[in-house]
Amino acid sequence: MGKVVLVTGVARQLGGRFVRRIQRDPEVDRVVAVDAVPPEHHLGGADFIQADIRQPTIARVLAESGADTVVHMDVTGTALGSGSRTTVKETNVIGTMQLLGACQKSPTVKRLVVKSSTNVYGSAPRDPAVFTETTPPKSLPSGGFAKDAVEVEGYVRGFARRRPDVAVCVLRFANILGPTADTPLASYFSLPVLPTVFGYDPRLQFVHEDDVIEVLRVGSHEPERGTLNSGTFNIAGDGVLLLSQCSRRLGRPTVPLLLPAVTWAGSLVRTLGMSDFSPEQIRLLTHGRVVSTDQMRETLGFKPKYTTAETFADFAKSRGPGLLPPEALAGAVDRIAALPALGGGHLPTQSAN
Amino acid sequence: MADAKVIPFDDDRSRGSAVQRPQRRRSAGNRRKSGESALVREVQPLPGRAFAQDDVPVTREEQPPQQPQDHGGLERRIASGLAFLRRRLTGDYEVDDFGYDEELTDQVLMSLLRPVYENYFRVEVKGVENIPSEGGALIVANHSGTLPLDGLMMQVAVHDHHPAGRHLRLLAADLVFMLPVVNELARKLGHTLACAEDAERLLGQGELVGVMPEGFKGIGKPFSERYKLQRFGRGGFVSTALRKGTPIIPCSIVGAEEIYPMIGNAKTLARLLGFPYFPLTPTFPWLGPLGGIPLPTKWTIQFGEPIPTDGYPPEAAEDPMLMFNLTDQVREQIQHTLYKLLVQRRSVFF
Repeated sequence: MGKVVLVTGVARQLGGRFVRRIQRDPEVDRVVAVDAVPPEHHLGGADFIQADIRQPTIARVLAESGADTVVHMDVTGTALGSGSRTTVKETNVIGTMQLLGACQKSPTVKRLVVKSSTNVYGSAPRDPAVFTETTPPKSLPSGGFAKDAVEVEGYVRGFARRRPDVAVCVLRFANILGPTADTPLASYFSLPVLPTVFGYDPRLQFVHEDDVIEVLRVGSHEPERGTLNSGTFNIAGDGVLLLSQCSRRLGRPTVPLLLPAVTWAGSLVRTLGMSDFSPEQIRLLTHGRVVSTDQMRETLGFKPKYTTAETFADFAKSRGPGLLPPEALAGAVDRIAALPALGGGHLPTQSAN
Repeated sequence: MADAKVIPFDDDRSRGSAVQRPQRRRSAGNRRKSGESALVREVQPLPGRAFAQDDVPVTREEQPPQQPQDHGGLERRIASGLAFLRRRLTGDYEVDDFGYDEELTDQVLMSLLRPVYENYFRVEVKGVENIPSEGGALIVANHSGTLPLDGLMMQVAVHDHHPAGRHLRLLAADLVFMLPVVNELARKLGHTLACAEDAERLLGQGELVGVMPEGFKGIGKPFSERYKLQRFGRGGFVSTALRKGTPIIPCSIVGAEEIYPMIGNAKTLARLLGFPYFPLTPTFPWLGPLGGIPLPTKWTIQFGEPIPTDGYPPEAAEDPMLMFNLTDQVREQIQHTLYKLLVQRRSVFF
């Protein structure tokens, strides 16, 4: 007999893709897809059950499906459609509590995979340059999605203590990007002009959607020989991009603003409900965050297909050219180089710091 | 200020002092004049540096061709300058996990620091052969001068003089990473936060790491305590080196103490601004931005004999007694070399 996998948060693109992918694995018999709203995309042959994980019904769903593997992907920063921040927070925190409570009572559950985020490390100037899984954050996230993720991980740790027979895998993803990603950072990079914080050039790390799906699969199956897939792992592509590099590769000009102005504008935008440009997001775009992926490579045995730069290139390709496409700039420089008399044609350097 | 070069230990080492004293007196007479003329003459470096942060490449890519060179060399330089510009504009360059931008450092930032290093402070480097040409090593130096120019000069010294062209990765205080612009430049120059995690990671990658364990106590000490080493923190650098088995290279920097003679400390203002100290020098803040120009002292940077740490058992890093002994050994060696260099020094400015 094969596995029964229960996946939460399938109404999102990433959840839908994971459901479709994991059905194709030979050891998987049945996939139960759960979300509070019906997904707009198809879920392959998975059984969709409309259930709100904030309600105790999730326990019945879990018991009836007899799932042995639970993949909890309903920990997200932004609301689907027109939900408010309160709904998102409730789904993240209360939903996780309900789901874990249901898992704790279920005799069939053998494996739990939780999608978390490197947001749990926060982002502060006093942090070490590279976070490992054991680095305690210098400044705990004060609110928003980062705080949700910290709380979710706390409940998951509690569950792992109470049910030592269940293999628990917490995957802390760096910023997820890709052609279909709908993360706050993806919408930030889609702005025609990128507001940045003056005097800061944060280091960013990205992980490609395809790698997210793959690593979730690694977490939900039996571990390969010589690897261990229970524990907490940072998941990110190799290498680092600076925000200035990102903007140049995207061809979108930046507007450096003073930090107080950015904070103020961020809270204004939030109050008006235009976008969820949270304080964490601003801190990430100020101080940046880089995590160590040694555990992912050595213990989990996962090698991402895309590096940070390749992930970003794939994302940039899907977004179309910006106002200053890098090809045009490169062409302009080449034209200057082709000039027989190299005179005062060096003006474009103004932005090249 | 007049007693800037009088160092008490000179008295009990009378050898050479008879020869040196007349020379010093002469230089003391000249000093004020030369100092003033230097102030006027050297106004360019600082604005130049601030200006160049924004428009880095071309100002200096165009400078070299000014020198009479053969035409092919000039064209090559322009071509490489344009290729550099092309990479920068399209974002097609690499940085490491710490944000170190090797290309920008080598081609731009070092070229901006080099005039200060060569012509302003006229740094003399000794013992650069004590730095291994490969593998991790921890350079431990004294810290002084109100502003951390000594670290930057040490970085240029290693970069320009080491035969293997090694890059020094400095560990900086958290204040550096809180200040806008400064943190960006520090990261691009390869600096990182002075914490055990970062230091161990860099040493593990086989990098050359520079640390100034005196920290703010050293850099912000009053002028009357110049060249007196402060406490070396908690000796964390020793346990980091022990854990990685990398040698410790003591480094003594002479000349940095006098660049901004700190005669007072506006503590209230410092607290208000969130700085560890607010220096009052003979020129700052009285002369406004002019007071920000360092005195053109003559520097000597000496790298000492490496102290090996690989002979110790793994649990040695947890042994506080050994830690204190090694810390003291490093500190003594730096202090001793400082005294030696000071005795050899003819004057503060020459």
